[in-house]
Amino acid sequence: MDIVVMFFLFGLIAGLLRSELKLPASLYESLSVFLLLAIGLKGGQGLAQQDLLPLLPQLGAVIALGVLQTLIAFFILITFGKFDRANAAAMAAHYGSVSVATFAVGSDWLASRDIFFESQMAIFLAVMEVPAIMVGIILVRGISKNTEWKALAHETFLGKGVTLLLGGMLIGWAAGPEGLASVKGVFFDLFKGALALFLLEMGLIVARQAGDLRQRGIFIIGFGVLMPLFSAVLGLSCGALIGLSIGGMTLLATLAASASYIAVPAAVRLAIPEANPALSLATVLGVTFPFNIMVGIPFYHYLAETLFGA
Amino acid sequence: MDHLENRTLLTIITEAAIEHALLKDLEKLGIKGYTVSDVRGRGSRGVRDATWGEAANIRVEVICQREVALKALQFIQDKFYQNYAMISFLQEVEVLRPEKF
Repeated sequence: MDIVVMFFLFGLIAGLLRSELKLPASLYESLSVFLLLAIGLKGGQGLAQQDLLPLLPQLGAVIALGVLQTLIAFFILITFGKFDRANAAAMAAHYGSVSVATFAVGSDWLASRDIFFESQMAIFLAVMEVPAIMVGIILVRGISKNTEWKALAHETFLGKGVTLLLGGMLIGWAAGPEGLASVKGVFFDLFKGALALFLLEMGLIVARQAGDLRQRGIFIIGFGVLMPLFSAVLGLSCGALIGLSIGGMTLLATLAASASYIAVPAAVRLAIPEANPALSLATVLGVTFPFNIMVGIPFYHYLAETLFGA
Repeated sequence: MDHLENRTLLTIITEAAIEHALLKDLEKLGIKGYTVSDVRGRGSRGVRDATWGEAANIRVEVICQREVALKALQFIQDKFYQNYAMISFLQEVEVLRPEKF
């Protein structure tokens, strides 16, 4: 088992046993800033060594992927889950968007096995965060004048996650490998340790969802596992379509399978207030996140190799 | 001591997620100043322990004329009470420099 996953399990078990263990909220914040910047820098550094124009159609493809996932999740939740419109759209937005922590675990899983993946994956991460939020809101409100689109666009495009990722990428791109050599010790060498600490806190957070999860029943658990599997297959197909490597396909499948628990909950809480936030968070954090980092990522890699390997 | 005058203290305890929206609304209602603090606690929506963003609460305190406070109270009741974790209340306080409030 991967060392970072062990930290996650440690946090999860400590949380389930109601241990006194509690990390300061500011540490969680600091670690997420660090991880976002490091992912951005690494991606930007890679992008400095390649032509950017061919990426445009790829960006279009991953945006379409995010929109499609949101619509499919919405349909499933309305039809089979008997969700009302607001809760279905809110939950669908979470699943159409992406999770940075899952991406970080996925890229680390690949890197520690020396499996190559493309530098533009970091851009995909930034780009895929937003469309699902917009689609989710439109599914509830329509193109209503009452929605404060300007404030919402500001919130999503200039939210912490996207800003840090793009900022990091820009710096990495401008500085290139030589420029980054001086900060490499902090941002690249310490990455795995920081990720481990972050996942310890994630374990504690996930443990807190257990109570909510118990009340919601079997459909939520089924959806939390089957939706990412389905999305991963969509992600793999999209990756094959735009010609990614096996590592790139695995990571795109991981992105597709992951569900947001930071950017989307915050935006949806404002834009779809009647949706119950505990419902989405329990599913995303209690089921999908642990499933992806423990079982999903190795499985998506296996699928990529089996279906598309040479 | 200078002359003390009565004003109303409006306190709102709610989800950190709506901080920006709420403060903007308060400013539109003519409220000139406020204090925001990060807080945690427990209520009908469970434990809000502020260990991370989604479970964080804030407390907004505003000192103003009673009419303004009542108007603000009515406004937030209409807009936020149904869907958000929120309580708010009024207290009478005595202040120096009443022209500030």
